[in-house]
Amino acid sequence: MPKIPIHEAITLRLEILDKDGKADKTLMPDLSGQHLQDLYRSMVRMRKVDEKALNMQRQGRMGTYGSIRGQEAAQAGLAAAMEPQDWTVPSFREQGIMMERGVPPHLVYAFWKGDERGSVFPEGVRCLPIAIPVASQFLHAAGLGMAFKLKDEDAVAVGFGGDGSTSEGDFHEALNFAGVFKARTVFFVQNNQWAISLPFKQQTAAQSIAQRAHGYGIEGIQVDGNDILAVYAASKEALDRARRGDGPTLIEALTYRMENHTTADDATRYRPAEDLEYWRQRDPIDRMKKFLVAQKLWNDKKEQALLEECAALVETEVAALEAMPAPDPTDIVSYMFKELPYNLREQREQLAREVGR
Amino acid sequence: MSNVAPQPSLRAVPEGAERLTLVQSVNRALAQEMEADPSVLVLGEDVGKDGGVFRVTEGLLDTFGPNRVMDTPLAESGIVGVSIGLALGGFRPVPELQFMGFMYPAVNQMFAHVARYRNRTRGRYHLPMVIRMPYGGGIHPPEHHSESYEALLVNTPGLKVAIPSNPYDAKGLLISAIRDDDPVVFLEPKRIYRAFREEVPSGSYTVPLGKAHVVKEGKDITLIAWGSMVRQALEAHEALGREGVSAEVLDLRTLVPLDIDALIGSVSKTGRAVVVHEGPRNSGFGAEVVALINERALLDLQAPVQRVTGFDSVFPYSMLEQHYLPSRERVVAAAKKALEY
Repeated sequence: MPKIPIHEAITLRLEILDKDGKADKTLMPDLSGQHLQDLYRSMVRMRKVDEKALNMQRQGRMGTYGSIRGQEAAQAGLAAAMEPQDWTVPSFREQGIMMERGVPPHLVYAFWKGDERGSVFPEGVRCLPIAIPVASQFLHAAGLGMAFKLKDEDAVAVGFGGDGSTSEGDFHEALNFAGVFKARTVFFVQNNQWAISLPFKQQTAAQSIAQRAHGYGIEGIQVDGNDILAVYAASKEALDRARRGDGPTLIEALTYRMENHTTADDATRYRPAEDLEYWRQRDPIDRMKKFLVAQKLWNDKKEQALLEECAALVETEVAALEAMPAPDPTDIVSYMFKELPYNLREQREQLAREVGR
Repeated sequence: MSNVAPQPSLRAVPEGAERLTLVQSVNRALAQEMEADPSVLVLGEDVGKDGGVFRVTEGLLDTFGPNRVMDTPLAESGIVGVSIGLALGGFRPVPELQFMGFMYPAVNQMFAHVARYRNRTRGRYHLPMVIRMPYGGGIHPPEHHSESYEALLVNTPGLKVAIPSNPYDAKGLLISAIRDDDPVVFLEPKRIYRAFREEVPSGSYTVPLGKAHVVKEGKDITLIAWGSMVRQALEAHEALGREGVSAEVLDLRTLVPLDIDALIGSVSKTGRAVVVHEGPRNSGFGAEVVALINERALLDLQAPVQRVTGFDSVFPYSMLEQHYLPSRERVVAAAKKALEY
């Protein structure tokens, strides 16, 4: 009996903008000059909001915080490709996407400050709360994408995670379910190459995360995650495919975590300093700026205006954070059920007595 | 057991009735709620074409089609996890886990998300879903098919836990659970899935979550049970009755929410109690029942509350299971200990 090949697969990586800001014209997504500038603005806004969070944490004004520094292209490129009706299903390092999709930054700050109200987004913002248990949220994205398919809704659920999350069983179950049910879902993995202290090479023997898609009978692609044009193009294609009902896609955005895992971590214990230098030269924001300047779409005046706009945004958001009244201690129990059973009613009364309300 | 009459007020459904097993009554509840509400979905392993390994979902695929009765890949975390997404997407999913002993892969989704979503978002999102699973021993299966870990669920804030003991309650409680806006874990006592039939109204009706049922009134002692153990309590009631002891049998029906008034009211009246459950004794729900009685009815007690439970062991393979499961004899012995204290 012969051995018959039953499956052959190629996994592609998409790169459009090189590290010096030169774009491959044949692969350029169809974006106006205004759009291209907006992509850049979006990344700078994310970095400024992120820097403020790190500052506040150092000053003791916020709790443990996980920075997105270095991952702005992955987040802004994907967010820009989403349609208003699409849903964001985040893990805990997607605050850039969340703010671009309508979550006010002060709520992200509030979340990291330790306030549940940071997950109460304004009405109409299609974003689920941050999910901390790694990879668990991929299944929610699969289920939401199944719901859109069942209702024939023109929406896509985008589930997010990091390279570490792909080792969890829920990653596998989510891709498998989404494939079987042709869910209107896109799985977007930011491979920032570190899961706390574990480098990607020790996370899996596979060369890439994207190639795993083949095992589930779904589409998969790797993109240079520091190239916002590549992220945008791959995301758009995947979102369109899901929206048409042609099935889910796994996107791996290859990027780098420039900060510690969180402010509670010290990456110098496990990470070589030269890595940072290598990736600093591939910074997503610098790269896009070089491109825009070369295209005569950007100049110092615009840069100055953008920085002022970001400073004002950060100031407004910090003010909004600080204007939030202290949370009500009775809220600890008040939201456990729609109608509280006797034990929670009694416990709420106890809390109310203790705080004199 | 078929002589166990539910409270007359709950029987007041004039629309005709059918004699059903517990399996059939759960099936009727699912079918009627799916008929009444297009957002109700059933999903799980073998629930479609096969009708479920216990035939609970038999006929649903033919009636409602594959978009509402979904045979899923074999993955418990996946079944519960996508149900969260379906619930957030506007559906009322009723996922089935094939046995409680296979719940563990789904526990992360259940404990980390299902139980917490309303609180995490301060009420912005809630998860109307019912996670059904057969639980308990007595059917001589291989390992992992006999577990009664309701205490794990009760100890997880944010889950409601319903455990019917008869076909009438099973249908009415499941309809309530499906209509509830919070997640309910619905534990089905597989040991009595087909043990007896009883008259069940053909039409739709609810048995409210959080309302216990005094199955037998009595004045000397209260036997507290739920699910399949209500049967042992009733048999003990009969045996004690022959010796002139009037035992009240209280079926809690739901552990969360708990009918605290019925529990304390009954024990205050009788002054003695035995709590019966299949799960392990150590930190089982019986311990909570005893603590609540001590906190609220200590001065009415004539004797320490007795517990008849499973052992603090792994559930044994089938050859020894009859030695593990609480029996009528053990319940009677515990009652006598309380009565003779």
